[in-house]
Amino acid sequence: MLGRVLLRALRVVSLVVAVVVGSFWLMSASPVDPVQAYVGADAASIGSEQREQIAERWGLNDPPLERFAAWAGNVFTGDLGQSQIYGEPVVVVLADRAAASLALMTTAWVLSGVFGFAMGLLAGMRAGTWVDRALSWWAYLLASAPTFWVGLLLLYVFSVALGWTPVGGAVPTGTLPGEASLLERVHHLLLPAATLSLIGVAPVLLHTRQAVVEVMASDYVAFARSQGEQPFGLVLHRVLRNAAAPAVVLQFASIGELFGGSLLAEQVFTYPGLGEATTQAALRQDVPLLLGIAMVTALIVLTGNAFGRVVHHAVDPRASVLA
Amino acid sequence: MSLLVRNLDDLALDAGVTSGAPLPGRGRRARTLMWLGVAVLVVLGVVVAATLVSGSAGDTDLPGRNASPSPDALFGTDRLGRDVLERTLVGLRLSLVVGTSAALGSGAIALLLALAAVAGGRVGAAVVTWLVDLFLALPHLVLLILITFALGGGTSAVVIAIAVTHWPRLTLVLTAVGREVAASDHVAISLALGHGRVHVARRHLVPHLLPQLSVGTVLMFPHAILHEAALSFLGLGIDPGLPAIGVMLAESMRSLSAGHWWLAVLPGLALLVVVKLVDTIGTSIRALADPRSHHL
Repeated sequence: MLGRVLLRALRVVSLVVAVVVGSFWLMSASPVDPVQAYVGADAASIGSEQREQIAERWGLNDPPLERFAAWAGNVFTGDLGQSQIYGEPVVVVLADRAAASLALMTTAWVLSGVFGFAMGLLAGMRAGTWVDRALSWWAYLLASAPTFWVGLLLLYVFSVALGWTPVGGAVPTGTLPGEASLLERVHHLLLPAATLSLIGVAPVLLHTRQAVVEVMASDYVAFARSQGEQPFGLVLHRVLRNAAAPAVVLQFASIGELFGGSLLAEQVFTYPGLGEATTQAALRQDVPLLLGIAMVTALIVLTGNAFGRVVHHAVDPRASVLA
Repeated sequence: MSLLVRNLDDLALDAGVTSGAPLPGRGRRARTLMWLGVAVLVVLGVVVAATLVSGSAGDTDLPGRNASPSPDALFGTDRLGRDVLERTLVGLRLSLVVGTSAALGSGAIALLLALAAVAGGRVGAAVVTWLVDLFLALPHLVLLILITFALGGGTSAVVIAIAVTHWPRLTLVLTAVGREVAASDHVAISLALGHGRVHVARRHLVPHLLPQLSVGTVLMFPHAILHEAALSFLGLGIDPGLPAIGVMLAESMRSLSAGHWWLAVLPGLALLVVVKLVDTIGTSIRALADPRSHHL
């Protein structure tokens, strides 16, 4: 048992190390010149001597392994470097952005999980009826829809045509983030969260439906029925827990996918979260920030998977926490 | 829209199977073949139409700019007076090209890794599983961004990035099938008869993997296309000068508040339909090649 726990831990650590090394390698393989990216529009007013000084100061002339060692050493002490586009330490930028993203992603995660599971239960219990057909059709359609297009549709209908929701941002224009009221924040959160929830519902719905159909065809459900169990009791005692397992695993495993979706939704609604920072970092070639984001998202995904295993085991004790 | 009904039929039939209703055998096969044919024809039609209009797709017509959809321009025109339908068609063709190259690349990687996992013993299997876990450890879009960044951006960078990141799930499927075959009696007999590992892999393993591989590769397409569109939308994919759906939708955001809804709605809808069609092709081939998969 202890051996397997250690093996599991070693595996996760090796993956994190590989992600860190791999991202650093990808960044250093890029043809983008970090000095050029840093000076940007001031390029004309900066001579080659000054460029050389910046390169020397940043250690760009050192061999790659040495640079990696220096950077990794700093990472161990919690120093991820300075974000070039925001002019703040990467850790500060990540913390600021994570707060906004956390609100958005948690809302979307909970909504898509709850609605997806409920709709999947309904579709599975009513398999073959028009309710099931409509729900499944809807889910299959959403599974093929581009996230940003769904966002654009919502933006057009609710913000432009109806004027019910703001066009973008996390707080009203001209308001400092600290001054916005809770209601104003929720108002700005509505559409991006709705976009991510709509897209996120599809896989949960379809997998739950499939699990429910399988459970309903099982011998123990037939036995319960023959004993006179009513549909409500059937769902409560026989179906719910068995159908929850795939939904739980899927929902925890989809955190990475959700982050990808938040990149797109935050771009559509100009919502200042981690996703928007990722896009900006890539567009404006902010290597330290991009590396920090790669590490943070890898940790989020791996933690999500680990949580998924634990909760899966709690729902279905036959499932191994370690497998 | 009616093309989407196929899934409803599947669900109804699935439900019929599980509740013990009789299966309409021949009718279902014919219907699957029909949808497959329709989907292939429409996709080919998009490619042909795009090739026909690709010459005039970039033509600007400033007096006729920002026109809403009309019989003249079914999808309307954009802020430079370019025909949105023509640009959409060319963009879809580009998406299909990116999707094809990426799916073929990922399919080849998946086959090689699955063979390595099955034939490579415990070490081979452990290495492949670790690689799969590694590629799934980052959100897919973040991984794509890192790779396109490393390659310096542009269309070819997107194709490569998508090709080298879509193999993990197919590799898992192929490895599972390969293990099953490798553990079967006929492989044991073949080995006992003195046939070499290469012979067994070629004659016994690959034939079982091919149907899964072809279906898996086609089903990779929708993901590849959607990821390409997402990257382009963020401004990190296809060169902004080219008519790609993602680029067009990103541009449409500028004039959405002016009420130019057609710039966003119609190209996105066209992309959705094409993704759905390719998905139909994949699931239809699977249904025909392995009828049982429909009942699982």
